[in-house]
Amino acid sequence: MNRRLRWRKFVSNVMLTLTGVCAAVSVSALILILGYLVVRGGASINWNFFTKLPAPVGEIGGGMANAIVGSGKLLLIATLIGVPIGFLGAIYLAEFSGHRMAFIVRYSADLLNGVPSIVIGIFAYSVAVLPFKQFSTLAGGFALGLMMIPITLRSTEEFLRSVPNTLREGAMALGASKWKTIATVIVPAAYRGILTAILLAFARVAGETAPLIFTALGNSFWSPGWTQPTASLPVTIYNYALSPYEDWHRQAWAGGLVLLGLILIINIVARGILARGISVSRS
Amino acid sequence: MASVRPAVPVNIPSTPITTPRDSNATLSMRMTISKVNFFYGSKQSLFDINMGIATNKITALIGPSGCGKSTLLRTLNRMHETISNARLEGEILLDGQNILKQDVTAHRRRVGMVFQRPNPFPKSIFDNVAYGLRINGSKVPIAEAVENSLRHAALWDEVKDHLHKSAYELSGGQQQRLCIARALAVDPEVLLLDEPCSALDPISTAKIEELLIQLKDLCTLVIVTHNMQQAARVSDFTAFLLIGQLIEFSPTPQLFTTPGDPRTEAYITGRFG
Repeated sequence: MNRRLRWRKFVSNVMLTLTGVCAAVSVSALILILGYLVVRGGASINWNFFTKLPAPVGEIGGGMANAIVGSGKLLLIATLIGVPIGFLGAIYLAEFSGHRMAFIVRYSADLLNGVPSIVIGIFAYSVAVLPFKQFSTLAGGFALGLMMIPITLRSTEEFLRSVPNTLREGAMALGASKWKTIATVIVPAAYRGILTAILLAFARVAGETAPLIFTALGNSFWSPGWTQPTASLPVTIYNYALSPYEDWHRQAWAGGLVLLGLILIINIVARGILARGISVSRS
Repeated sequence: MASVRPAVPVNIPSTPITTPRDSNATLSMRMTISKVNFFYGSKQSLFDINMGIATNKITALIGPSGCGKSTLLRTLNRMHETISNARLEGEILLDGQNILKQDVTAHRRRVGMVFQRPNPFPKSIFDNVAYGLRINGSKVPIAEAVENSLRHAALWDEVKDHLHKSAYELSGGQQQRLCIARALAVDPEVLLLDEPCSALDPISTAKIEELLIQLKDLCTLVIVTHNMQQAARVSDFTAFLLIGQLIEFSPTPQLFTTPGDPRTEAYITGRFG
C-alpha cells in the first residue's frame, strides 16, 4: 500500500512538472519574440521612421510613413465594410435566431472565419482588382473588411445573447416594438462587449499580410486617393525582410515593433473596456 | 403519507365561471376572458377559461406550479406571442374590444406588466421610468410624469436625490418598485404582476403589497402568486387554477373561508401544491 502511494505521488509530480514545462515553453516563445522585436526593432526606430518615405536602395535611413498611413487607410475601409455588416448581421442572429436562415448565416460566418487569408486575398483580387485592372487601397480594404465580418459578427452575437431575456420582455411589455427594444435596450446593454468585439476584429486584421499582397500590392511612395496601390505595414515588412539589404532588415524589425505595439495597445484598450464590467446584472 | 394526498379529479366545470361566484352583480368588468384555450405546440396548457377582471379591483390567480396561471396572465397583454409555437384560441376583451385584433404595441401600453424578478434597464432611475413615455413619443412633460409615477410606486422619497444614478444601485425591493413605476408611467388601464414578490425579502414584500392596494385607485390589477397568504391579504377576487383549468373564482374572503370546490379546499389547506 505504501509503495503504491509513493508511486502515485511520483506520477503526480512528473505530470505536474510536465504541464509546468509546457506552460513555460509557450510563454517563453512569446517573450522571445517580443524581446527580439524590441531589441532589434528598438535599435532602428527613430523619428524619421514615422515621418520619412523609404530611402532608395544604397541610401541609409528613410522611414515607413507611407506604410503607416496606408495601413490606416486600409483599416478605415475594412472597418467601414466589416463593422456595419457584422454588427447588423449579429443583431439578426441574436434576436431572430431559431429561424432556418439564422442557422445558415451562422454556419457561413464560421466557415468564412476559417477561410485562409490568402484565399480571401485571391477572391478580393478577382472581384476588386481584375475588373478595374488596378491594385488599390479600396481593394485591400475590401479584403480586410471581408475578414472582419465573421469575427465581428460572431463575437457581437455572443455579447447580445448574454443580455438577459427579462430585459427584452420588460421593454416589450411597455409597448416597445422589436426594433425599438433592440435599439434602446439590448444594444445599449451590450455596448461595451460590442465595442470590444470590434476592437479585437480590428487588431486581428491589422497584421494581415496575405490578403494585401495582391490587392493593395505595395508602394514605395505616397498613395494619393483610394484607387492607387498603397504601402502597408505588414506587406512592407514582408518585402523588406526578404530583401538582401542590411538597412532594410533593420527597418523591417522597426515596422514589426510598431505593428505589434499597435495591436498590443488595441488589445489592452479592449480588455480595459470589458473589465469595467458588463453593464447588466446577471442575477 | 401518500394516502393522505387526495386524488385530484380533473373535469371541466359544468358551468362556465365568468363572474366571481356570489359577487355583486353590478360589478363592472375591465377585461373579459371567454372560452380561452392555449397551446404550446401540441400541448394544451389552458382549457376553456372564462372569467372577468373587475375594474379597479385586485384579482389574484393562484394554483400549484404549472397550473397555467402565469400563462393566463401573459395572454392578457399578449406576451405569449413572443414564444414562437404558442397558440391562443378564444376571445379576450378589454373595454369591450377584442385585444387580439388590436395593434400589439398599442395594447401593451394599456396593459402593463411587472415580472417575477426585478428587470430594470441598465439606465438611470429617471431614464427607466421615462422609457415608456419616450418610446411612445408621449407629449406629457416627462419630468413631471416620472415624479408622479415614482410617487405612486412609493419610491420617490427614497430616490429623489439621485435620479440619475444607475437603477442597479437600488436594492431588490426598490428595483421592483421602480419596475412598477416604469409600468405606471405610461398610464395603463390594467397592471399585470407575475409573482412580483417571489424574489424579495419579507419587508420589501410587505411594502409592495401595501402599494398594490393603493394602486387600485389608478388601475385594475391582476396578480399571479404562489403565496396563498399574499392572495388573501391583497386581492378582492381570487381564481384558483389547476392543470390549466379554472376550478373556482370567488370573492377572496369566501374562497379562503368557504371554498365551493373540494379541490380548492384541498389546495388552500395545504394538502397538495
